[in-house]
Amino acid sequence: MDSDDDFVASEDDSGNESNTGEDEDGLNVALIDSEPTGSSHVDGNDRMEIEEEFPYEILTTEQIVQHMIDCIKEVNTVVQLPPTITRILLNHFKWDKEKLYERYYDGDRKMLFSEAHIIDPSETTSQKEIKKYLHNGMENCVICCRDLPTSMLTSLACGHRFCRDCWVNYLTTKIMEEGMGNKISCAAHGCDILVDDQTVMTLITEPKVKLKYQHLITNSFVECNRLLRWCPKPECSHAVKVQYVDFQPIKCDCGTVFCFLCGENWHQPVKCDLLKKWRKKCDDDSETSNWIAANTKECPRCNVTIEKDGGCNHMVCKNQNCKTDFCWVCLGPWEPHGSSWYSCNRYDEDEAKAARDAQEKSRAALQRYLFYCNRYMNHMQSLKFENKLYASIKEKMEEMQQHNMSWIEVQFLKKAVDVLCQCRQTLMYTYVFAYYLLKTNQSIIFEDNQRDLESATEKLSEYLERDITQDNIVDIKQRVQDKYRYCESRRRVLLQHVQEGYDKDLWEYTVKLDKV
Amino acid sequence: MAEPVPGISAIPDESNARYFHVVVAGPEGSPFEGGVFKLELFLPEEYPMSAPKVRFMTKIYHPNIDKLGRICLDILKDKWSPALQIRTVLLSIQALLSAPNPDDPLANDVAEQWKINEGEAIKTAREWTRLYAMSG
Repeated sequence: MDSDDDFVASEDDSGNESNTGEDEDGLNVALIDSEPTGSSHVDGNDRMEIEEEFPYEILTTEQIVQHMIDCIKEVNTVVQLPPTITRILLNHFKWDKEKLYERYYDGDRKMLFSEAHIIDPSETTSQKEIKKYLHNGMENCVICCRDLPTSMLTSLACGHRFCRDCWVNYLTTKIMEEGMGNKISCAAHGCDILVDDQTVMTLITEPKVKLKYQHLITNSFVECNRLLRWCPKPECSHAVKVQYVDFQPIKCDCGTVFCFLCGENWHQPVKCDLLKKWRKKCDDDSETSNWIAANTKECPRCNVTIEKDGGCNHMVCKNQNCKTDFCWVCLGPWEPHGSSWYSCNRYDEDEAKAARDAQEKSRAALQRYLFYCNRYMNHMQSLKFENKLYASIKEKMEEMQQHNMSWIEVQFLKKAVDVLCQCRQTLMYTYVFAYYLLKTNQSIIFEDNQRDLESATEKLSEYLERDITQDNIVDIKQRVQDKYRYCESRRRVLLQHVQEGYDKDLWEYTVKLDKV
Repeated sequence: MAEPVPGISAIPDESNARYFHVVVAGPEGSPFEGGVFKLELFLPEEYPMSAPKVRFMTKIYHPNIDKLGRICLDILKDKWSPALQIRTVLLSIQALLSAPNPDDPLANDVAEQWKINEGEAIKTAREWTRLYAMSG
């Protein structure tokens, strides 16, 4: 991110870098590889056999800026406004040019400009309206209260004039301290007219501030634009540009594979909304409260939460202000129980039954969650260990090459670990999917697929972790190859089945989902 | 320099020119009438690009001023403009005393009382003014 020199405000000299096609390193246009090498090369894109490719481009920061300039130019050929105004307008419409055209040509243009906090360019330049505080040929800046030559003061289209020094200070504070880019308004009190790029770029001279401003503008361009998304890897400064929004994996030039819709790691088969619910469930302490519900009861009188720490069912609340006596089983007062516990005749009363039912239910829900969560976590944990496996496999590959095997002959090992990782990742997310799935015929098929994939994956993992030695290498190579091909095909079958379910609307969930 | 505003004074501290001792008279017709409220005003390093920090030193019963004397006023926060001055800020604070806004509260209990039973709230505000803002 070190040279964003081509920028909106200086767009005239930016014609030296084209946005598509002729990238110097050839890496920037990364269409997902969709050659019909087909079934045996599943490369993060499992749907390619059944559906068309999903085209996208990975853009560098410079290319993003160029893309922004191109968008502005394109709109400008139609609306014929100054480019800086076009940028503010486009930003207002979240870079949806169709919406902009619609409002610009069909709606009330005055209203449009005022909503976007711009002065209508057709009605400005009436210099006489601008209020100047003149004192014997000098003009007063109301911020610093100095009398200065008129040429030292400047204003936006709204006409609120301040001296250059004050403008520079104001903009620098907004940009550097408050991290504002496209939402900086005029420095005058109560004026909401937005500062345009041209003004910022001519007033600000310090490179650090300019750069920060450019980053802020670029960032808002990507964040607002529905066809763009930053690569989620923290140190990566690439963004992806798609042609239409879809649930698809994106492979960034930095190697990160993420979901275009939500920016998380690619998480097929489970969709973004369910994954988000799952993450929230895992993150917040809703499960703590589930545990409390399953393992504790409330004092029937003061409602303090109690955990039973002995065998006796005669409870005495330890809350000093309460000290009520009650029965742990039925939560009724202890008195009628008398001396003999087994005559607890309140046991079958409706109220006590309801309380127990609620407790049973919550306990069952907790068990169910833990079941899925354990398996999810387990695959996640294994996936982390597989990174170590890459290292040990690499050693093995080098060792084999020293023992009369060629480079190409040992590549199957790396491929096997790749497949193993893919399968683990898929399996991990199948448990999220399964957790929210209602039992149907289809869900049973899904679980069968899941079981097959899981057992094959575990076998593959075992082969790779221990069984390879010098002596059995030829035999094991065959077995490993067979196994990873089998894993690949099982994985594909599982994902296709889930996709089919999505397409035909076969899945039913235990939770309500917002319609996307 | 603009002419002084009646009922408001701001005197810089002897040892720190950024620190002002402010006195605002409770506006006529408000429950704070007759009270003399002390405030402190501090101009941060970034002033005038960022807002001055103002705080009531005198206890006051007002929905937009909390127990610590902090003030909920838009121009002291995100609506600050470098074109505003100490004078305009203090005028705005005086105006806030005349027109409490319980819908944008800082002191929740006071705001609640102001909404449920305005008469009672105004009575309390008068009482507090008498107790804390008239002594000296």
